[in-house]
Amino acid sequence: MSATHTHAFLSHQNSALHRLAPQVKLVACIWFVLAVVATRREALAFLAIDAMLVGITALAGGLSLGFLARRLTLGLPFILFAFLLPFLGGGPQIEVGGMTISEPGLWAAWNIVAKATLGLGVVVVMAATTPPPDVLAGLERLRFPHFATATAGFMLRYLDLIVDDFRRIRIAMASRGYRGRWFGSAFALASSAGTVFIRCYERGERVHQAMVARGYVGNMPIPAHPSPSRQQLMTACGLPTLATGLAALSWLIK
Amino acid sequence: MSTPALEVTGLEFAYPDGTQVLRGTEFHIHPGERVALLGANGAGKTTLVLHLNGILRPQAGTVTVAGLPLDQHNLAEIRRRVGIVFQDPDDQLFMPTVYRDVAFGPANFGIGQPELDQRVGTALAAVGMEGVTPRAPHHLSLGERRRVAIATVLACRADILVLDEPSSNLDPAARRELADLLEGLDITLLMVSHDLPYALRLCPRTLILSEGRIVADGPTEELLGNQALLAANRLELPYRFSSSSIQSQ
Repeated sequence: MSATHTHAFLSHQNSALHRLAPQVKLVACIWFVLAVVATRREALAFLAIDAMLVGITALAGGLSLGFLARRLTLGLPFILFAFLLPFLGGGPQIEVGGMTISEPGLWAAWNIVAKATLGLGVVVVMAATTPPPDVLAGLERLRFPHFATATAGFMLRYLDLIVDDFRRIRIAMASRGYRGRWFGSAFALASSAGTVFIRCYERGERVHQAMVARGYVGNMPIPAHPSPSRQQLMTACGLPTLATGLAALSWLIK
Repeated sequence: MSTPALEVTGLEFAYPDGTQVLRGTEFHIHPGERVALLGANGAGKTTLVLHLNGILRPQAGTVTVAGLPLDQHNLAEIRRRVGIVFQDPDDQLFMPTVYRDVAFGPANFGIGQPELDQRVGTALAAVGMEGVTPRAPHHLSLGERRRVAIATVLACRADILVLDEPSSNLDPAARRELADLLEGLDITLLMVSHDLPYALRLCPRTLILSEGRIVADGPTEELLGNQALLAANRLELPYRFSSSSIQSQ
């Protein structure tokens, strides 16, 4: 059996959140992110309430806050540059902890870090409660371009096999004394990547033959699906509706 | 005599690099027969299989399925009738879930709901894999994947099941389970292999392919009992099997 790299983010439970139709979760997720982005950055209390809402949603999905916090660290590399903004920004300067930093830069950094973390939080909750094939099914149901979902589907299907291929090659190399410590050994690594590429290409040919053998003529069939129930829609709308209300209030109460 | 389920005459094929693989291949299979196509590596078995539903087109000769000649007009119907199960289930199972993989063929052939659900359920039940529809194919064991690969073809209501090396890489228990499954299917079967004991178990009739030609066609027991014939075509029984023990079975 292949390894399960593509399911590393999934929490195998059966909460109400797990059972929500994926297309509903996707829309709710995007709606929530837009509402957070629209919230005034100075409205610290409202952004804190948004964070609490994400935490409550995670708990409702059977996820622990520790799980959520660990997954949020994935966003760190992408927001690191925001920490430079207080030092690089212009405008009025303020003193924080003995350092003089730019006030607009500090607000800009806060805006990026807080809103990116909230957005990532809700994405983590969705990824943990929705198997990857369901995410693709949800995108198809939202009329996302079919070539894109089909391509992503193949990537999802074969990622594990490609990683396994690469792992086996690395084991074979290590078995014959390869250590990969010196620049000169980069050639062997590049060759193995080339081998994996050729294997992928050949597999692509064979997969295409298997598709053609079952009547494929250029269009992937889209399976029928039931419409989400009223209750599902109400459940999914809860989080983004509250976030939208908070965003509106943040501009009304200054 | 009934119309053959599959008839191949004078098939010739060379790859673009000039390698001549099929050299006048000829055989026919009648409905309900279980036939093994044996041959050493490089004999042209897989190339021949790819001709049976028009993935490769003959450069000379004909392929006829239940009286329908393989041409552009009949291509879709022939692909529905001739179900190929490829050697590596990871090539055959390319969709994110088992349900979508088994439904792929019938959906391409125009089957809609609710029949599509019923076809998927029936095909998976036939291979003993009920209840795996939402699972990702790569999370199944190799034996399970091979069963689901067979279900993808059964769901198309194929008349002829063509299996390319079905027993390769399976452990003994999975080999036996697959053999039990194949014996229980009411379908014309062409099994491509170089696994001689497996052919003996499943197929009363055997074709031997060598250098692109059918060099022997007869009862499996008789052909596998002919040591000289096997040796001439680079086929060998496993260790401690002998031609005499085959004939005495």
